[in-house]
Amino acid sequence: MTSVTTELKWVGKSPIRPDGADKVTGRAKFGADLMLPGMLVGKVLRSPHAHAAIKSIDTTKAEALPGVKAVMTAADIEPMSSEWVPAGELQLNYRDLSNNIMASGKVLYDGHAVAAVAATSAAIADAALQLIVVDYEVLPHVIDVEEAMEPDAPILHDDMFTQGVTPTPDKPSNVFKEVDIAVGDVDAGFAKADLIIERSFKTAPVHQGYLEPHAAVASFAEDGQAELWCCTQGHFSVRAYCAKLLGMDISDLRVTASEIGGGFGGKTTVYLEPVALLLSRKSGRPVRAVMTREDVFRASGPTSGAATWVKVGVTKDGKIVAGQAVLKYQAGAFAGSPIQPGCMCAFAPYDIENVKVKGYDVVTNRPKVAAYRAPGAPISEHAVESVLDEISKKLGIDPLELRERNAAKEGTNAAYGPKFGVIGFADTLAAAKAHPHYSAPLGPNQGRGVASGFWFNIGGESCATLNVAEDGTLVLATGSPDIGGSRASMAIMAAETIGMDVADVRTIVADTASIGYTFLTGGSRVTFATGMAVIEASKQVTETLRERAAKIWDISVDAVVWEDGHAKPAGANAGEFEPLSLGEIAAQAGKTGGPISANVALNAEGAGPGFGTHICDVEVDRETGAVKVLRYTAVQDCGKAIHKAYVEGQIQGGAAQGIGWALNEEYIYNKEGRLDNAGFLDYRIPVASDLPMIDTVIVEVANPNHPYGVRGVGEVPIIPPMAAVANAIDSAIGIRMTELPMSPPKVLAALDNGS
Amino acid sequence: MNALTYESPDSVDEAVKLLAAADGNAKLLAGGTDLLVQLRMGMITPSLIIDVKKISETTVVKEVNGGYRVGAAVSGAVLGEHEGMKSAWPGVVEALELIGSTQIQGRASMGGNLCNGSPAADAVPAMIAADAICTIAGPNGRREARVEDIVIGPGVTSLETGEMVVDFLFPARPARSGDAYLRFIPRTEMDIAVVGAGVSLTLDEAGVCTAARLALGAVAATQLVVEDGAAALIGSTLDDAAMAKLDAAARAACRPIDDKRGTIEYRTKVAGVLARRATKIAQQRAEG
Amino acid sequence: MAKIHVTTTINGEPTEFLCEPQQTLLDVLRDELRLTGSKEGCGTGDCGACSVILDGRLVCSCLALGAEAEGQEVETIEGMADGDNFHPLQQKFLEGAALQCGICTPGFLIAAKSLLERNPDPSETEVRYWLAGNLCRCTGYDKIIRAVLECAADMRGNQA
Repeated sequence: MTSVTTELKWVGKSPIRPDGADKVTGRAKFGADLMLPGMLVGKVLRSPHAHAAIKSIDTTKAEALPGVKAVMTAADIEPMSSEWVPAGELQLNYRDLSNNIMASGKVLYDGHAVAAVAATSAAIADAALQLIVVDYEVLPHVIDVEEAMEPDAPILHDDMFTQGVTPTPDKPSNVFKEVDIAVGDVDAGFAKADLIIERSFKTAPVHQGYLEPHAAVASFAEDGQAELWCCTQGHFSVRAYCAKLLGMDISDLRVTASEIGGGFGGKTTVYLEPVALLLSRKSGRPVRAVMTREDVFRASGPTSGAATWVKVGVTKDGKIVAGQAVLKYQAGAFAGSPIQPGCMCAFAPYDIENVKVKGYDVVTNRPKVAAYRAPGAPISEHAVESVLDEISKKLGIDPLELRERNAAKEGTNAAYGPKFGVIGFADTLAAAKAHPHYSAPLGPNQGRGVASGFWFNIGGESCATLNVAEDGTLVLATGSPDIGGSRASMAIMAAETIGMDVADVRTIVADTASIGYTFLTGGSRVTFATGMAVIEASKQVTETLRERAAKIWDISVDAVVWEDGHAKPAGANAGEFEPLSLGEIAAQAGKTGGPISANVALNAEGAGPGFGTHICDVEVDRETGAVKVLRYTAVQDCGKAIHKAYVEGQIQGGAAQGIGWALNEEYIYNKEGRLDNAGFLDYRIPVASDLPMIDTVIVEVANPNHPYGVRGVGEVPIIPPMAAVANAIDSAIGIRMTELPMSPPKVLAALDNGS
Repeated sequence: MNALTYESPDSVDEAVKLLAAADGNAKLLAGGTDLLVQLRMGMITPSLIIDVKKISETTVVKEVNGGYRVGAAVSGAVLGEHEGMKSAWPGVVEALELIGSTQIQGRASMGGNLCNGSPAADAVPAMIAADAICTIAGPNGRREARVEDIVIGPGVTSLETGEMVVDFLFPARPARSGDAYLRFIPRTEMDIAVVGAGVSLTLDEAGVCTAARLALGAVAATQLVVEDGAAALIGSTLDDAAMAKLDAAARAACRPIDDKRGTIEYRTKVAGVLARRATKIAQQRAEG
Repeated sequence: MAKIHVTTTINGEPTEFLCEPQQTLLDVLRDELRLTGSKEGCGTGDCGACSVILDGRLVCSCLALGAEAEGQEVETIEGMADGDNFHPLQQKFLEGAALQCGICTPGFLIAAKSLLERNPDPSETEVRYWLAGNLCRCTGYDKIIRAVLECAADMRGNQA
């Protein structure tokens, strides 16, 4: 494919985002901002038990309350058979999805939805929920992943027999499946090692922490057509899931993606959307349902807590000869943790001949996990990057140097399968080493840690429609909800390809009726994959413009070139014609063949994997265990940064989430299995005063499979921080923390025990 | 549904009358930073909310004989701009100012923080260390009480039904006095105190401590006045030996619980650390 | 439940509304007055997305009752621009890419405006602590803090 052009006018700059004016004035409409005439308030009743059988649900009093227009339970949904479909980087089961959005037979976590109402006011809806009587038989629950694997653990699903084990067990368990990835012979590898280090780690479940709670407005018409407005990363996925759950034809449901207040993977499935639709169908009126912050923590899709074990063997010059890991991830109430990508990524940055990774997908009485920025990878890579740090310190080899000696390169066979193409891992290591941060002096109780990270990035189905207006400005429509500024990047790529001013390209996110199927915004795919569709559409438009110019001049299209946004005669022989601008050609579109537009639908392949290397300095207060992040530098190979400031923003945001995961974020359950910290007060994400500036270094090793060399950037940055912080703490106080979060009580206890 | 009404009287007498008529079913509203959260969670179901902010007595700061009378509903933001209180009682002001965010500061008050009765309330240990006196108005007129006698259990105060706190009196300071409040939280802002320590002390010309009070928060069912801690300081020059005794006294006084914010072991240890650190700050302030 | 009739001033405009006693100022702004620029991120004063200026003070509108707006002045994000002209902070946020999803942005802008009105020359630490009550999950705060500091410098330059 084409290589990256050297003189780029728009790519790499940072124009103001097209949705910017609306967002700084409060005009932008997010999920909960839409109002329709006659709209009802939808609210959900949730289980107060971590695990219980539902003996009965009596909604008669709620239905009779004046102002209540509809009440629903799982009885209002057709039973689904167990069917697995891809969803982002994970898989989805429709029966489980249905049971998750409205419990049937059993509740499996504190917060599990059991019923919902639609009423004319919030106060009436709340009162109606109080009138619903649910008879529960409380069952023993299990939350910790290793406890859930014990033979006598309470069983969540009687029909769960572990997959990936031969022979298939005849007793149900909480282990949905085992995953095995292996190359070479680890035993032979370890036999060659001069140093072997093995460590166990534990991580607590964490939440994506988006500031905008889930919200949906549904309007069902009597003829079976419906409209849905919701904040989502994938409105085509929402359409498919809701149509299936409601037994609708897909094209009868039109979904509009509102502006979205953060997702990070957590808004790639449905919770309220089918409920709002069902309530609207039942009541004959539009229904708005919004989660409270408590509901978000209790009942959306926080990621797995995990128990991991890693063993690495090296020769005395630091060459890794064997890597082994056992990873146990919580899936939450239904199967489907990110154990597969977790296993695949664990050792992926490194060229290792002998690798063996075993993974377990384990259900526990917690909300069903959803994707969270590089799902599965932060947990497994934290373990490996921590052990590599120990090895580097034991051998007396600089930690970046150790990674350089083992870094995967072009042609390396990744442990999980493919051979790497052009990649920039070594470049990130070199840039980190050369950065002034790496050699800055440190004071007492201060320490520095480094860690790297890898994520595959994906491509996927994407569409773009480019319409030239009569004045030569453009409207560019894609089907990718914008969660990071992608509308700006799309406009840049179109403007660059066509050779026009980026300010003349208006980008919109089209609804499901107005553009072709587009896979959800996730997997760091939009700039890469939807970008490819945009570039292709731009090229087609350029071709059309050449043809129209040829018609206007009455010469052959081969005699016309397109340059700097103008059609020009190819040479003196073509004729003496003044260049025609886009606007001039567009003004004559009707006369020269009709409206000028291009529509591209493709399935983008060749996404380039991303690598990052982070440097973190901390200071530890030895009397309280408090850890302060003093300085942070994140280096990442981005292929080509289309919008420089937004790429920096992705890196900074991901790093901040990783730091929170490292230091203070965790789900805290009481002994009844109820969530104790379902709010931003006690679920502690970093605040502005917790963090320093996050310096970013963008390395650009072009992805040859994208016209501008783009690699996905959004997910890699969350992977290195947990180990970078842990490694920094170890450097500061000589203590290897193995449990996340590394909160002050844990650090102080470790200091007191001298461990 | 509980029919709720809202009133905003402009005098203490009127507020007291409204309280009496509501017969225990009313809640007083100052900044609302605890009340509205509890209302939303359904933890309280009052029939009447009495907004006290139109009552000038509760919203002003007055100088009184070298000391200060601070209205119960004065917000942290307002107190934080009062030069007199900041100069005389910086520990009290910083304690109130630690509550929540700038937005919370725009509303939160000492009266609310005290009467909400949380063992972890930030303003209270500093107020106790200052030995502030509150004026209480009720159906039988007005009375005074020491702040240290108000909170008697988590969420429970010694106020009788129908009583309200009007203001707090902070006495005039002897020369060479200083106070300080420190709390431990896992982040740098926004958290509820895991441990809080308020210290107020006076030194003589030679730097010997002649008076001291230490109060700890979040380490027992109510705030604790640590007499042994004060005793360790009085008569000393706040040297290392005195600090070690203080640390031990603070730890010995603790009766904390394990909860989502801290463990018994952690709170106890950090109580000693904060008692020492707060004392050092108070000492610096006393020395001018 | 009888509704309360409130007379107030919102972004300089005299405004009247009816509200139930338990409705917060945030509920009223969004549901009664259709001013949806202030957002509910948590409802408990922990995130700052609902920040407004009430009677000159930066507050969380989710922690004030609608009834308390009686006779007060309320400033929301909708009043921050001056007609067609952005407030310098709004312009700086756009130029500095200080927003990604934008849900926290109204709260940050109101909070930053309140800061610069009180302290035209804040240090980085002062900016971070003043804004600690505004949560952002997308940006890691870096570009937000830079935008506020640069805007403060610009505004000081314009005064000189």
